[in-house]
Amino acid sequence: MQKYFHSVMLEKENCKGCTNCIKHCPTEAIRVREGQARIIEQLCIDCGECIRRCPNHAKLAITDTLDRLNDYKYTIALPAPSFYAQFGPGVMPHHVLGVLLELGFDHFYEVAVGAEAVSAYLRRYLDQSQRPRPLISSACPAVVRTMQVRFPGLLENIVPIETPMEVSARIAREEAMEKHGLKDEEIGVFFITPCPAKVTAIKQPFGERSYVDGAISMSSIYGEVLNRLNSTGSNLKSTLSPVQGVGWGKTGGENHAIKDHSLLAVDGIHNVINVLEEIERGGLYDIDYIEAQACTGGCIGGPLVPQNPFVSRVRMESLLKELGTRGEQELNVPSDDQFYRLSETILPRPTLKLSDDVNQAIQMLEEVERIYADLPGLDCGSCGSPHCRALAEDIVRGSAETSFCVFKLRDKLQQLAREIVDLSHMQPPAMGRVANGSKEDAKKDEFME
Amino acid sequence: MEMTFDVKSMDFKRAGEAAAKIKKALQLVGMEIDTVRRAVIVAYEAEMNIVIHARQGTLTAKVHPDRLEIEANDEGPGIPDIDLAFQEGYSTAPEHVREMGFGAGMGLPNIKRFSDELEIESKIDVGTQLKTIIYNQTSGE
Ligand code: SF4
Ligand code: SF4
Repeated sequence: MQKYFHSVMLEKENCKGCTNCIKHCPTEAIRVREGQARIIEQLCIDCGECIRRCPNHAKLAITDTLDRLNDYKYTIALPAPSFYAQFGPGVMPHHVLGVLLELGFDHFYEVAVGAEAVSAYLRRYLDQSQRPRPLISSACPAVVRTMQVRFPGLLENIVPIETPMEVSARIAREEAMEKHGLKDEEIGVFFITPCPAKVTAIKQPFGERSYVDGAISMSSIYGEVLNRLNSTGSNLKSTLSPVQGVGWGKTGGENHAIKDHSLLAVDGIHNVINVLEEIERGGLYDIDYIEAQACTGGCIGGPLVPQNPFVSRVRMESLLKELGTRGEQELNVPSDDQFYRLSETILPRPTLKLSDDVNQAIQMLEEVERIYADLPGLDCGSCGSPHCRALAEDIVRGSAETSFCVFKLRDKLQQLAREIVDLSHMQPPAMGRVANGSKEDAKKDEFME
Repeated sequence: MEMTFDVKSMDFKRAGEAAAKIKKALQLVGMEIDTVRRAVIVAYEAEMNIVIHARQGTLTAKVHPDRLEIEANDEGPGIPDIDLAFQEGYSTAPEHVREMGFGAGMGLPNIKRFSDELEIESKIDVGTQLKTIIYNQTSGE
């Protein structure tokens, strides 16, 4: 099996083994063993929930630094729409994009433009598609991965459409090749990312290839962008920044851009899971399309954004108002539907089963039930597994022991202590000597001598 | 392998929990995706039937390598006309339940549609027993 890449990692030195993270992981991918958190790679969906939860900042995302720009002859920045909402009032997209050029990028392409183009295609797709309802957005990779792991039966509901990030990267790349006569490998396209899930989506794309070469975390360049915003001021006068595309940065924006269908927007990974469960039970078939985002508030609430999400929501709202006052602009994007289609089907990742052999798996499940019935059922997490049932599973899978449970351990110790006391009363005659020697002992000693 | 869950009348807050636990178990066993998908719907609808119509009942899942049996037994009013109950959209759910978006009369039709075998027995003022089988067909055949 190919090794599965994922972006979220543990910084060992910082992890105190506190078990704060294990309960909040939506796929129960974290265990604490020997005082250190571990991520079960196949289960991790890179939602970044653990990055938010860790009080010791021991969880981090692998992203790229600006140094990587040196690896390419020509570099293009792809700012996610949520990036625009990270700055103070009055900062417009063209200011931010101007600074990106100063940071060393040769060019930029707004993902908002790609989002606007995808919205137009989505509208056409929803009108035509006969696929089972509700259809589900493909835009948030953390949601798609959740479905691969926990809801494989719903994968066919995902719209087979490339993400705005990929669409933007491809347009930008092809334009650069044509305009400057560059070769594919001479161009470096970098996404300015709000989240680790997008990093994984680049390294391990759902389609045939990713047109993006790297991802730079918003937080990591935030300070530098801020400084330059204050000092220089950009020489760009205006940008496309289409209002609906920019709106994709927050929850509800995608649906707002689609209009005219029966739409539902859900944000926050645990809420998303609730909605997916409802669909799985046969519900929500009256809804055409579901915009689902792993982060509360949408991408402006991503784990790698610098700004407080409540502040960025206000910034986003006023930015959209401002952009809305401008007239419609002509976007030079492909009109061919094929351009937007996802080239591969999204496959399930059946990682939960106990054994490849069904008979054996059933036996193991019985064992899980038996062990679980015997555990205290407090779901305290002190054992390093997220709850008692997960510990029972871990024991059966061979990665944990009953004694990991502090209550079981205490029982065992009490029993042991009782046995020790009992034993201490039962001295074999040959070992009767006591340290300070009782009279009787002395007598016996005498006799023996 | 057998699991039984108690289901309480009108407990909408917890409704779906049994179905969710059955799903988890089937995924651990490694049942086919389609089997799991159908099982969730059947188990959920059976569970909801008890919640909406009965006084109390149990939901049982028996897991075999080649099939899954889901049984629902309840104490309740029973079903006066079983044929009618299998018609789509036919519902005897009380108005306030339907206003909550439940009891749209798709319960039994859905159970029938997504299971491979189905048996139902009902006695007025005593209760209803439902037995379904879903075969675990390997995909790609
Ligand atoms: S990133 Fe999400 S899925 Fe991965 S370990 Fe952290 S909380 Fe779990
Ligand atoms: S909602 Fe946006 S920021 Fe959050 S994981 Fe999904 S794509 Fe990333």
